[in-house]
Amino acid sequence: MSLLQVDQLVAGYLRGVPILRGVSLSVAQGEIVTVLGPNGAGKSTLVKSIAGLVPVFGGHTTLDGQPLGNLPAHRLIAVGLAYVPQTNNIFKRLSVLENLEMGGYPLRGRLDARIARVFDLFPELLPFRKQAAGRLSGGQRQMVAIGRALMVDPKLLILDEPSAGLSPKLVAQVFSKVRQIRDAGVTVLMVEQNAKAALQISDRGYVLAEGRERIQDQASALLVNPEVGELYLGAKGKLL
Amino acid sequence: MIGQLLANGIILGATIALGAIGLTMTYNILDFANFAQGELLTFGAYFALIAVSAFAGVHSTFGALSFGWPMVVALLLAAALTSLLAILVDWLVFRPLRRSSIQVALVIASFGASLLLRHLVVLIWGPQPAYYTTNIQISTQILPGVRVTPDQIFLVALTALLVVGLHFFLSRTKLGKAMRATADDPQLAQVTGIDVARVVRWTWIVGGSLAAVAGVLYGMTVQILPEMGFNLILPLFAAAILGGVGSVYGAVLGGLVIGIAENLSVLFLTPTYKPAIAFLLMIAVLLVRPTGILGKPKL
Repeated sequence: MSLLQVDQLVAGYLRGVPILRGVSLSVAQGEIVTVLGPNGAGKSTLVKSIAGLVPVFGGHTTLDGQPLGNLPAHRLIAVGLAYVPQTNNIFKRLSVLENLEMGGYPLRGRLDARIARVFDLFPELLPFRKQAAGRLSGGQRQMVAIGRALMVDPKLLILDEPSAGLSPKLVAQVFSKVRQIRDAGVTVLMVEQNAKAALQISDRGYVLAEGRERIQDQASALLVNPEVGELYLGAKGKLL
Repeated sequence: MIGQLLANGIILGATIALGAIGLTMTYNILDFANFAQGELLTFGAYFALIAVSAFAGVHSTFGALSFGWPMVVALLLAAALTSLLAILVDWLVFRPLRRSSIQVALVIASFGASLLLRHLVVLIWGPQPAYYTTNIQISTQILPGVRVTPDQIFLVALTALLVVGLHFFLSRTKLGKAMRATADDPQLAQVTGIDVARVVRWTWIVGGSLAAVAGVLYGMTVQILPEMGFNLILPLFAAAILGGVGSVYGAVLGGLVIGIAENLSVLFLTPTYKPAIAFLLMIAVLLVRPTGILGKPKL
């Protein structure tokens, strides 16, 4: 059974103007699934509506069998969903450590063990833990953002374009961390522009176009699918 | 002479600082300039008056201070009732408007709320000035040429204590950090699992309580008047902006600068111009440092 099940999701910012016009997808426990698509296809809207930030007009979403319905964003943590927005995903004026503490806000008791685990995953953040997160580099900020989301031990981690604005070297670094996170038992759903790099670490992928999922396949198959290249790049060609 | 003016400035500045902290916090978290903050000071002063009058038969004073434990009760009651009032105004006026995309609607509404609250005070307590005690305090010389009353020393000490306490609250407690996080990015705070509505409530409690204490201290050392808060709102804004909007420490520093500057100005100008000094100073600082003294540009 899949961990996240999205059926015929209709969502958008204004009623009557849906951006998602019936999207269905599923993510199985332990998978990394990437959603690709050209600009304006509704990729970000899709993850935002799953994360409770965009009004949902129709369809059905369940996480681990529990309906998400129109749960407010701050309640989704409790059902095991952690979301990392594409931009503005860290508290810039708070220190790195405080960002992680805020990640653990819904939890009771001491957070030391969880914080230590995040620093194990991102040892490069350790020297900056007392510094304002807004002063860090783009790659370090992304790690703070992901680390913050991991504090609650989510079942599903949703990443909105984790590679946006990063240099190719940092993209590879962030994606290798995503893989490590999955290997530690967290299921990952991400949206990406950087199709090639994302598919290389993914198990499966979906291609979104005009508010619907157009193609779904194994990541390795998508990488060589000429139709993907066409949809994605707007020209004939393959990604590899 | 200068020493005395400096002391007077610090005393006035401490009161302004307490009021400006609430102003800067609501600006930071709710993103609007609350013109009704002054009325929270006024209501705080009058709420305390209720308690003080209720204990009128009790003769208790702490050492050389003009008041005793009834004032402690009065301060706590004023803080509690003013917080409730702030939450009530938020619920009735500001909360419905937060859904509006027109930011200025909140500011104008706060202006209306200020007007309404001020007249409510006149309606309930009358327009005449009131005092917590009719006893006259004798000032003592603390430094050559500097005379202050024990109440004024208490005012400065209590303000310092509250500022230090607030610092620990914001930097050490979970709720305090959540307030800073919400001020930083309300949407991210929500995604992170912070109950933003609760944070907003606590912002009013902290800001309202500090305003109440400021009002009581002002009433104690000057007098209680229905328009006392209104008369202080412009210096409060000047202090918050001068120090850097959104910065709690900036508000404290701004309050002290405004208080001292207003008092020192009488060396050069007739006292009529005192209130203008706050603004001249604010404009001068903003010309040099548009973010205020301790304000940080948005990262």
